[in-house]
Amino acid sequence: MKSTQCQVAIIGAGPGGLSIATELKKLGVDHVALLERESTAGGIPRHCGHSPFGMREFKRVLSGAEYTRRLAAQAEKAGVEIRLATTVTELGQYGELSLSTRDGRQQLKAERVVICSGAREKPRAARLVSGARPQAVMTTGALQSMIYLKRQRPCKRPVIIGSEMVAFSAFLSCRHAGMKPVAMIEAEPVVSWWRLAALLPRLLGTPVLTNTSLESIEGKDKVRAVMLKRPSGELATIDCDGVIFTGQFIGESTLATMAGFAIDTVTNSPLVDAYGRCSNINYFASGNLRYPLKTAGQCWREGRDMASLVKASLDGKLPDRWVQTNA
Amino acid sequence: MLGDPTSDRIAGGEFDVVVIGGGVVGCAMARRFTLEGARVLVLEKAADILDGASKGNSAILHTGFDAEPGSLEQHCIQAGYEEYLQIKDELNLPVLESGALVVAWNAVEAEKLGGIVDKARANSVRDVQHLSSAQLQIKEPRLSKKAFAAVEVPREFVIDPWTTPYTYLLQAIENGATVKRNTEVIDAGFAAGLWQIETNRGEITARIIINCAGLYGDLLEQKLLGQSAFEIRPRKGQFLVFDKSASRLIDSIILPVPNAITKGIVVCRTIFGNLLVGPTAEEQQSRDDASVNANTLQALHNKGVEIIPELANHGVTATYAGIRPATEFKDYCIQPYAEKNYISVGGIRSTGLTAALGIASHVFGLYQAMGNSHNQIDNIVVPDVLPLAESLERNWSKPGNGGIICHCELVTRHEIEQALSGPLAANSLAGLKRRTRATMGRCQGFYCSAELSEICARRLQIPLSEPLK
Repeated sequence: MKSTQCQVAIIGAGPGGLSIATELKKLGVDHVALLERESTAGGIPRHCGHSPFGMREFKRVLSGAEYTRRLAAQAEKAGVEIRLATTVTELGQYGELSLSTRDGRQQLKAERVVICSGAREKPRAARLVSGARPQAVMTTGALQSMIYLKRQRPCKRPVIIGSEMVAFSAFLSCRHAGMKPVAMIEAEPVVSWWRLAALLPRLLGTPVLTNTSLESIEGKDKVRAVMLKRPSGELATIDCDGVIFTGQFIGESTLATMAGFAIDTVTNSPLVDAYGRCSNINYFASGNLRYPLKTAGQCWREGRDMASLVKASLDGKLPDRWVQTNA
Repeated sequence: MLGDPTSDRIAGGEFDVVVIGGGVVGCAMARRFTLEGARVLVLEKAADILDGASKGNSAILHTGFDAEPGSLEQHCIQAGYEEYLQIKDELNLPVLESGALVVAWNAVEAEKLGGIVDKARANSVRDVQHLSSAQLQIKEPRLSKKAFAAVEVPREFVIDPWTTPYTYLLQAIENGATVKRNTEVIDAGFAAGLWQIETNRGEITARIIINCAGLYGDLLEQKLLGQSAFEIRPRKGQFLVFDKSASRLIDSIILPVPNAITKGIVVCRTIFGNLLVGPTAEEQQSRDDASVNANTLQALHNKGVEIIPELANHGVTATYAGIRPATEFKDYCIQPYAEKNYISVGGIRSTGLTAALGIASHVFGLYQAMGNSHNQIDNIVVPDVLPLAESLERNWSKPGNGGIICHCELVTRHEIEQALSGPLAANSLAGLKRRTRATMGRCQGFYCSAELSEICARRLQIPLSEPLK
């Protein structure tokens, strides 16, 4: 039978959550439970195709998958109780967590809770895109988890929407999976990431179209084409068999929202005070949930600092009053 | 056919009734006729049932308060409403007892509220009452302060638009009905009291045809009778679905004062715990173009915020469009042709989700009047369908659920496996989504697409993915 109480519960075993949990153990907190809804710890880096990971933490270049395996091993060694396939469904007023597991509903009461549920890309629907709603319209997260976790590919000739760093990661993942993106589309006049980055897709035969917006998606069962608005204002139809929406990361904050915590409506993140506490001060928010988008390494480093604050809170060293500071 | 074990050959030879069209009306029809003892065959041309008009509606269980008094539509809505409440517990179907408010936003609209109350009472919906702007603010504090006055309709409810017809049809199947998907009627001839129906997958013999072909009802009727008594005039409705957090903003279904063409844009909670804004009413030629439009969606968004200002702070989860099979007539077009052993059920618009059970009973009455009778079946089998509604005990809360796959909607592996098996197994992603809600939440597949593509491998007509070499 799983324990029904702990000192600190951490929601989400990505780099940030693993870091906080490990550090809390080092700080002498007795019982730290790390709750992960997937059946493997590690979070998003598990299926990021690109390196490098681990320069800061392990002083060497690792793949995302290897990096998170090491972080998880460290946490376990430090004595963190990692509970996989455990979904938190509701946050109570005083750290009472409702859980869903393969064995059904469970409860866990924590003195303090850190929400590290990360961020996700804004999907097609939330962007209010015109057109049909066929299969093979996805985000980078969906694409990369298919490719790197399941060795599957959803299409062969997608259009990539956006030009943040993650768009180039999506491009490389496509190439890795034998997919040939037919274009990268950016509504702004220049690419959002490092300007010279556009050279790579161009050299590999994928045009990077700036000043170009996605007007609509066409196709019945699967994507058949996209209609684009070119700088001249004219409409152009490009044949493709998939659409990958990249970037525009927003915090995965539903638990906090549903619990009635104060939320920043721009980033979709819980508002926090100077100590990283949500408007319910039994709860902390950390990592990409708090301000998307940081790298795995940045989340890991932030996690170590956050652990000290959580420890201070447990020891009664933080003020009782919540004063919002971030945005 | 892949994922459709019932359909390779049509067993049973001759059928009493062939229901053409597996929408909500066809599903309810199959259930009624099966329970009454008829041998029923349902033909659906799409890969899955509920693929036409039935896939996009506002999921309201109507009292019929605003229907035309004395109309067939009003009769069927009320009969359907009553039967739904009678059978819902046995079939484990949900009801969100929200109530509705018909809100007037200015003095001109407010003047029409009296007429709405009179009409409701004429339709035997007697518990309606006027609310002043002050009463409205107490009842729905987050509604815009601009609301002028309202009529409260306490028994307008919200139901599950997919599980409901799915359960009707599954009950028909488990009591002896046959369903063939991917099966389109090509031609049919009537001679010596029997219909010979040619489909893309073989010939069928039946005594009676019931046309429940929805958006294609007139075209089918032309094929069967040489001409059609009605003409389908497709009317598209776009919808915006807000995140679950938004569902806490209101309790009631917020209706506008209707005009002659449409009931107008509704704001209501869904049975799945979201908040819905829509539909638009756009006349169009196409019977299958359910595309959405960014400007229209933005206008719906603005409209939603106008009605509930705090909606501005909540994200959009999904967008969709449905097409209603409107006709040149205001009322339903339900017509028996005794000499042809044919009953036409056309022009069933958005009220059809509620009215379907009532329509089915009405049509069975017409069928009996044509001189048909059967012995009702004994020991009616009740199908075991996993509920998707937030108000019912979902699978994730029980042991043996196999773990959650779709995190936003808390869809379990067991639910997905269940949806991919049995006589009505999902054979398309759309069908799987309707049966389970997988990928229909706020992340729209960011987290679960990979797992889902693995589970669905080789089980859908159009695969989600292919293996890497």
